[in-house]
Amino acid sequence: MAVLVIVEHDNAELKPATLNCVTAAGQIAAETGAGIDLLVAGKGCAPVADQAAKIPGVDKVLLAEGPEYEHRIAENLAPLIVKLAENYSHVLAPATTSGKNVMPRAAALLDVQQVSDISAVEAADTFVRPIYAGNALATVRSSDPIKLITVRTTTFDAVPGEGGAAVIETVEGTGDSGHASYLGADLTESERPELTSARVVISGGRGMQDGKNFAMLERIADKLGAAVGASRAAVDAGFVPNDYQVGQTGKVVAPDLYIAVGISGAIQHLAGMKDSKVIVAINKDEEAPIFQVADYGLVADLFKAVPELEEALS
Amino acid sequence: MKLLIPIKRVIDANIKVRVKADKSGVELTNVKMAMNPFCEIAVEQAVRMKESGAASEIIVVSAGIAQAQETLRTGLAMGADRGILIQHDGPLEPLAIAKLLKAVVEREDPGLVIMGKQAIDGDNNQTGQMLAALLGWSQGTFVSRMEVADGTLKVTREVDGGLEIISLTLPSVVTVDLRLNEPRYASLPNIMKAKRKPIETLSPADLGVDVTPRVETLQVVAPPPRQAGVIVASVAELVDKLRNEAKVI
Repeated sequence: MAVLVIVEHDNAELKPATLNCVTAAGQIAAETGAGIDLLVAGKGCAPVADQAAKIPGVDKVLLAEGPEYEHRIAENLAPLIVKLAENYSHVLAPATTSGKNVMPRAAALLDVQQVSDISAVEAADTFVRPIYAGNALATVRSSDPIKLITVRTTTFDAVPGEGGAAVIETVEGTGDSGHASYLGADLTESERPELTSARVVISGGRGMQDGKNFAMLERIADKLGAAVGASRAAVDAGFVPNDYQVGQTGKVVAPDLYIAVGISGAIQHLAGMKDSKVIVAINKDEEAPIFQVADYGLVADLFKAVPELEEALS
Repeated sequence: MKLLIPIKRVIDANIKVRVKADKSGVELTNVKMAMNPFCEIAVEQAVRMKESGAASEIIVVSAGIAQAQETLRTGLAMGADRGILIQHDGPLEPLAIAKLLKAVVEREDPGLVIMGKQAIDGDNNQTGQMLAALLGWSQGTFVSRMEVADGTLKVTREVDGGLEIISLTLPSVVTVDLRLNEPRYASLPNIMKAKRKPIETLSPADLGVDVTPRVETLQVVAPPPRQAGVIVASVAELVDKLRNEAKVI
């Protein structure tokens, strides 16, 4: 039986997290010798299905359209996943807030113990997952007949978004549960790349002292094509919105270059960025734990060092 | 409205965890334990609702070994009225805990379940969603604001792109995120008072739930350490290293 991947999208575009999740699905499918199908559920989301059909290695894209799927309401989406799951050995979703919201609901309805946030595939039933904020790695084996899994996207490379030619098949929806209605959103608008898929991330911590000072980081981000992140302390202090937060309870990132500015390096934060390829830390406290994971550390006042860095990059 | 608040005993968030030499798990002997930080936020929310007159009674419930009583006492000291311990010595997975909680909900008939979005030990982030599914209730996950009005629940959710506001039918299961509130410290008089508040002890069998694990842990290891880095003397040296040594800019 094939592997089903739940596509992450906003009804117009497929989100890059899906491409990493398909890599994990491919590793499982290689073990079972089966294929990969994708599910696109949304409203007016046919363009997403077209994009999904171009992903190499995908056999079939299931398209479920209906107003009840417009906002990825878990109470509506979970029954659809349950209905489709009986034809699959594994159902995967990226461990985004959307995947984390819906997958356990579907798992409970299927009487399955979900495996959360896998970082490696060892066998079709055996996976590695970080626990204790990444301070330990557990290898676990599931005995459930259907495996429901969320995938830590930063530990799997993305498959290309072009080159495939899967068939698109329409599936019936399961209707509106009537449990939830969408009232609105306050989403951060940005021209910069998304935190979780950016090649370079520059993050600020409590040391930034004020939200206004993040403009310094934004200028460097624009020079490097980077995303801007923050520590929990900076978010809690109200410097920047919650979706900037990098850490175990925020976003997990693993860019080629991570620049931590005025961040002390609490365990919580390290868990969200320590898989980055190159880590730079700028902090005036030479005892800050962030220096223990940094490849390049600069002990300096950030208000002096960051403008200098901006100039050096010009 | 009666509130049910599931809470978990975990290693204190400020302790650095150590993996056991035999790779069977994480060292728990002689390690300071505490209430999971997200559960503290859930208890705080409940206490504030009771203080504002929006809630009539707060029940804290925990599943685990006998020492989980201490965590229940912490919840009682923060302002909960009574506790329920579902005592079990073996491993308890999120699905099993959700089934146990469903049975408790059916006994107690709360109008709202408020719990942490995840526990900082297993990092599963599942139990609340599973409980809502088993009960056929609505779910509000990763909540940073909540308001009950006119028989519905309005929640603000912390999602990847920012914030999302949805309206939910009641009863509901809410899982709370960091920015909902700042949990209080229990005062000494309240800690003393909590010692006299009732805790009922039940077993999974009392609740008719099979808690046999579905997922076996084969090994637990420490993550590979990062190579020690270098301290650079200036911004110029940093930029040079990033360009010519690491080649990332």
